[in-house]
Amino acid sequence: MLSKRIIICLDVREGKTTKGIKFKGNIDIGDPVVMAREYYEQGVDELVFYDITASSDKRDIIIDVVGNVAKNIFIPFSVGGGIRTLDDMYKVLNAGAEKISVNTAAVLNPELISQGARVFGSQCIVLGMDAKRIKRSDSIPSGYEVWINGGRTPMGIDAVEWAKKAQDLGAGEICLNSIDADGSNEGYELTLTSLISEAVTIPVIASGGAGTPEHLRDVFVKCDADAALIASMVHYGHYTVGQIKASLAKEGIPVREFI
Amino acid sequence: MISIIDYKAGNLTSVERALKHLGVPCRITEKPREIASSDRVIFPGVGAAGKAMEVIRSLNLDKVIHDVIARKIPFLGICLGAQIILDGSEEDNATCLKIIPGVSRRFPDVGVKVPHMGWNNISIGRSHPIFKDINPEAQFYFVHSYYPEPENHENIIATTHYGITFASVIGGENVIATQFHLEKSGRNGLQILKNFSEWDGKVE
Repeated sequence: MLSKRIIICLDVREGKTTKGIKFKGNIDIGDPVVMAREYYEQGVDELVFYDITASSDKRDIIIDVVGNVAKNIFIPFSVGGGIRTLDDMYKVLNAGAEKISVNTAAVLNPELISQGARVFGSQCIVLGMDAKRIKRSDSIPSGYEVWINGGRTPMGIDAVEWAKKAQDLGAGEICLNSIDADGSNEGYELTLTSLISEAVTIPVIASGGAGTPEHLRDVFVKCDADAALIASMVHYGHYTVGQIKASLAKEGIPVREFI
Repeated sequence: MISIIDYKAGNLTSVERALKHLGVPCRITEKPREIASSDRVIFPGVGAAGKAMEVIRSLNLDKVIHDVIARKIPFLGICLGAQIILDGSEEDNATCLKIIPGVSRRFPDVGVKVPHMGWNNISIGRSHPIFKDINPEAQFYFVHSYYPEPENHENIIATTHYGITFASVIGGENVIATQFHLEKSGRNGLQILKNFSEWDGKVE
């Protein structure tokens, strides 16, 4: 049976891992290659690296990180952050990433999704989406709006509509991050995740808010998410991947046994 | 020396990195002469069948692939490499390499998400040297929208359930091919790659 995936997210700034709270106040917490190796050995199913390096002249550092990760771990991992062109995608994939995540650049230039899918295949293209709750309106009927620039700029675009459009353009997967829940450790945004999961046929990764294994259970059971992104609950040592999986397995949720 | 056939597929370097990690000598090559002179051949793959076949023909790789298989050199297909060894594919209506009789089909609409993406089990129907030291409960990493459907039952080595039951490992004589990504399936994927690097191409 297909397992629900546990994906660990590592925010990387200038080659170091950070974990931000509500996109602000990032603190350095480690070497991404060492952390990736540790999580690989704990049995994580997949990894995501988000490059949050601000200055453009230091962006190539992430390519070295990707190369070193790829030499050490043999599970899929994706890279996002600052990917704007097919050439950016090529560099990351060539360095050993399985997938590329596009967010801001795809909202500003949706063709990036279709071009990437055509050249590298849909399975490579993950749409990263940051969504925030808002009053329902004619332009935002779902009540969730798409934001870009790391959650700083509202776009007046409906999250559900954008998810459907991205799928039509050729995105192979959607990583859905709730700005409201991000960093709260109080659980995923279940309403948002269900809305998106029901609107598309491609896999949906729930992101933002995980603090306990019960939060993952809820998003798998109630929202039919295909994968759950976690960060601080493992980065700060509250749980190991094994503990999370054991807890989910006890609830009858299919997870990959690390054998 | 293992040759990894270079037809511009996406996962070439991942396969190479995995073999290097195992200490297995390998090279990525599109040169028919190098491929023909290797001990084993890996045929990787990511992407669309039609485009892949176009590149294979333009580089004259179809002839050398048939040649090494005829000479009983152990041959491993991965992902798309497991599909285009069949006669054809529903994807792009491609005519493929006709090494194993059958076609690749798109997952039917049976209420499961397509692509089939993530870790899934395999049910081993025929014992094979590549499964040495593999726990039957082990899961492997899949990403695909089309699946191989060999015509003859004897070419189905293992199956996987996802909405339907499909052939996830196919083979015959010195040819073996996995729909899942060995290079991305953690230590079990590495173990199968290692087993392949030691396989003499014979099945008991």
